[in-house]
Amino acid sequence: MLAAATIAIVRVRNLFAVAVLFGIYSFLMAGVLIALDAVDVAMTEASVGAGVSTVLMLGTLYLTKTEESKPLHSAMLPLFVAGVTGAALIWGVSALPPFGEANTALQVMGPDYMDRSVKETGIPNVVTAVLGSYRGYDTLGETTVIFTAGIAVFLLLRKSSGRKRREND
Amino acid sequence: MRLDVILRVTTKLILPFMLLFAVYVQFHGDYGPGGGFQAGTIAAAGFILYGLIFGLPAMMRFVPAAIVEALIPLGVLIFAGVGVYSMLNGGNFLDYSHLEHDPVHGQEWGVFLVELGVFITVSSTMIAIFYAFAGRGRGE
Amino acid sequence: MIDVFSELASHYNQYITVFLMVAGLYIVIARGNMVKKLVGLSLFQTSVYLLYISPAKIVGGTAPIVDPRFAVYSNPLPHVLILTAIVVGIATLALGLALVVRINEAYGSIEEDEIFERDQDH
Repeated sequence: MLAAATIAIVRVRNLFAVAVLFGIYSFLMAGVLIALDAVDVAMTEASVGAGVSTVLMLGTLYLTKTEESKPLHSAMLPLFVAGVTGAALIWGVSALPPFGEANTALQVMGPDYMDRSVKETGIPNVVTAVLGSYRGYDTLGETTVIFTAGIAVFLLLRKSSGRKRREND
Repeated sequence: MRLDVILRVTTKLILPFMLLFAVYVQFHGDYGPGGGFQAGTIAAAGFILYGLIFGLPAMMRFVPAAIVEALIPLGVLIFAGVGVYSMLNGGNFLDYSHLEHDPVHGQEWGVFLVELGVFITVSSTMIAIFYAFAGRGRGE
Repeated sequence: MIDVFSELASHYNQYITVFLMVAGLYIVIARGNMVKKLVGLSLFQTSVYLLYISPAKIVGGTAPIVDPRFAVYSNPLPHVLILTAIVVGIATLALGLALVVRINEAYGSIEEDEIFERDQDH
């Protein structure tokens, strides 16, 4: 179903429909993430992708236009580039271990954190413990990124369009 | 009878539950899925829903733009403040074990304060971005 | 024949991930509309989340919240990375959309070709 939603996003030209389809896609992605046992990530993806992203896109479409023009160039070169990249990625990804195995090299640190977390921090949710305490510096950086994005959007889109027009005269 | 009666009534019914759910997710981030980011976006979505249905001036009366602008850096300050405080108490930057007499308690306090800072920054940033996008349209 | 089938089934997640990545890449390169390009970029980012989280799952395990009833958990480290990545992704999307709105006001269009023409006319 994710693939169907993706093909629809590629082909559909009415941008309003694209915004709604993107919300559907985010919701399906959150469902897939729950099936993969990533509950924190699924909650974030659902609330962020299907909520805030859709609102922002609809706001942008309200301020610009809602229909995409026909493409002027032929699609052969991008399709070829995409195909070559896809082949290279499949070749690279085939080296990963099969789905769901427990004894691979990737799973070395996981059980270690599970054991240490409750003893050292007293927090059963290991993802929150790692995010807040073991990798707290990264979370500081992430908060700074959101802060920077908020400041930048605020600078770009201040409610001073009236003042700007008077400056240009 | 206005055409959007259903939307207005439903919003009035659902909004307190959304905000309550956001606070629940924030404080139960230790025991179940959740934490600062999820709670921040859910709270912001609640306020944005109010703004979408009842109009921008009503939302601005409720959450003034100046308060939102002041709240964005406050979260980052809380986060960095926790780090500096633990440095002053003898540990490294963001080393929670030195916040309290007992390392485990210190970790719990540290994560609590940090998630609070993240919640404040994320929710006020989302609301500020919404104000920027929505306020622009009327200026044109 | 059975080997190919089981090979396909056990790597199914990775093929879907690659398909989503390639679709996102195609939208960014091939379409000229700026908003659609940003949607393609977000598509690409969400496929990367899948790429990181599918190896973290252990069949028979559960979510990484310590509970006395369960013994096997999925690996929590990729979850942390992807949580940060999701939030950075929406920050990028918000900034990109703000830029699109300003470009629209400056050039009067959000199609790449028209913007190039008008830029050269200046």
